[in-house]
Amino acid sequence: MVNASLAQPLAATAATTSQQQTGARIDIEHVSHWFKLPNGVLQVLDDISLSVAPGEFVALLGPSGCGKSTLLRLVAGLEAATTGQVLQDNSKITRPDPSRIVVFQDPTLYPWRKVWDNVALGLQARGLLKQQRQRVDDALALVGLTAFADAFPHQLSGGMAQRVALARALVNDPQLLILDEPLGKLDSLTRLQMQSELVSLWQRNGFSALLVTHDVEEALFLANRVIVFSDRPARIAAEITVDLPYPRHRGDARLAELRHTALRHLGLDASW
Amino acid sequence: MTTTTTNEVLLRANQAGLFDSVRTAGVWRTGLLAGAVWLLLSLVTLRWPNKEVGFSDWAFTDEFGYAALAIALLLSILALAGERAGRVGDLLRPAGQWLVAVPLLLGSWEILTAKLGLLPSPFFAPPQSLIEVYNDDWRRLGISTAYSLRLLVHGFAAGGIVGFLVGATIGWSRVAGYWVHPVLRFLGPVPASALLPLAFFFAPSSYAAAVFLIALATAFPVAVLTWSGVASVNKSYYDVARTLGASEWFLILRVAIPAALPQVFVGLFMGLGAAFSVLVTAEMMGVKAGLGWYLQWAQGWAAYANMYAALIVMAILCSSLITLLFKVRDRALSWQKGTVKW
Repeated sequence: MVNASLAQPLAATAATTSQQQTGARIDIEHVSHWFKLPNGVLQVLDDISLSVAPGEFVALLGPSGCGKSTLLRLVAGLEAATTGQVLQDNSKITRPDPSRIVVFQDPTLYPWRKVWDNVALGLQARGLLKQQRQRVDDALALVGLTAFADAFPHQLSGGMAQRVALARALVNDPQLLILDEPLGKLDSLTRLQMQSELVSLWQRNGFSALLVTHDVEEALFLANRVIVFSDRPARIAAEITVDLPYPRHRGDARLAELRHTALRHLGLDASW
Repeated sequence: MTTTTTNEVLLRANQAGLFDSVRTAGVWRTGLLAGAVWLLLSLVTLRWPNKEVGFSDWAFTDEFGYAALAIALLLSILALAGERAGRVGDLLRPAGQWLVAVPLLLGSWEILTAKLGLLPSPFFAPPQSLIEVYNDDWRRLGISTAYSLRLLVHGFAAGGIVGFLVGATIGWSRVAGYWVHPVLRFLGPVPASALLPLAFFFAPSSYAAAVFLIALATAFPVAVLTWSGVASVNKSYYDVARTLGASEWFLILRVAIPAALPQVFVGLFMGLGAAFSVLVTAEMMGVKAGLGWYLQWAQGWAAYANMYAALIVMAILCSSLITLLFKVRDRALSWQKGTVKW
């Protein structure tokens, strides 16, 4: 399914249309966040401090509903933190910016646009589409969906739709890719495949990546560093550095060891 | 994709029995039956003398009969030609059952009116009298149709545009919603025809009054459905566009409005229905032209055949306009799956 050319230097195509971007540096400094509810307030984040180095892949792992996704919305600039601040390359994040692109759990493709036009969305929104149409084709090629450029989203499978969402993000040459459980709703086979694809895209394009997941294997397979969150309000419970080269092998003994560590921090190692 | 669709179409056609006649023999049996019924209609019309009703005989009786005979011959030839009939045959085949039903209906109508007089004249006119009306009065009928169409287009276009803008505004802006929503709730449900006397009193001309009322009747459903469409857009569509660097105008024009379009078309459909009814009322009450006026005028002169003729024209007009609207919608919403076929 995956384009065989993924292994080839497709970054070269990207480099012809734009200079190779380096990843952004992200600093999350003492961020706490509360939600307003009808009957009071609910704290979801408690004094989170965290840095992502340029080009680093960081995974946030935690129980469901602990506030990881909220943290991502703050980093994306879709919401403002109640206290504390989030910095991108030392300037404060106050609003969404195309240098930080989010891939959501649902592909959220626009059903009225064909695949090509969905991918072109970011360039069109910034008025760059006329000069840079080629980049849309490149991004589609990158995720192996050139043949589906003229399809409507309802004609795609779940994995294909999520690939289109990925292409829609990558066409903007983001410095930070924010992944909010992007593979959460895919079947397990597609999921394994797309994990490998994510790794190669990340290695090729050099962006920083911040991934939220509640899949321990996924976090360890993809990330340089895995941050384990506690239950709500989310605090950083542990930080696991995954000192393995890419591409990784799922059967690696070191991964199994780290998996045990991660589960212990989540309080789930009894069954292991 | 294409294969599935084709298969579905073939399956449905098969279920409808379309292939039975095609495959078995060259002869199109339903077509033969239709030819026979049309022949029967022509015989009834030509051979059975009209009942005397105290005035000169119905005109165009013979013409009606010969027309039926011509249709009967044509259908028989096509039916016997079978597959050699080519494209004309392919076009007519799906309508086979209607081609049988129509002469049956016309025949019963002919018998009940002209032949037996069970439905009393002049309130009920036989089919041939409609031919007489279309032959003698086509000029006035045509002008009336054109007037109605012009009025409808002006009113519907104005109402559609205003309704769409109002709906989009209150769906998007909280402030606009606060002020406009109560007005819409209070004035919207009032039947536009109830404002007829008021409109005729204030407007500079009866035409302007009618345009205003048709626009009002159209605007209400369009506004409400556009509003609900814009308000119910998936919020993550906006998140996606915002992180990609979209401006507020981009969010409105490229996200909110396309997402709301299916609802807008439902509103336009309802608005068009409301516009028809206001149109006829307005033309009957004050506007001195159009099909509504023609109906009123025909009734005043007890020219009931003219009334039926005008009603048929009106049915064709309204049905065509709705068809046109659906065609436009199918174009605009080609991305939707499983829409109702008109």
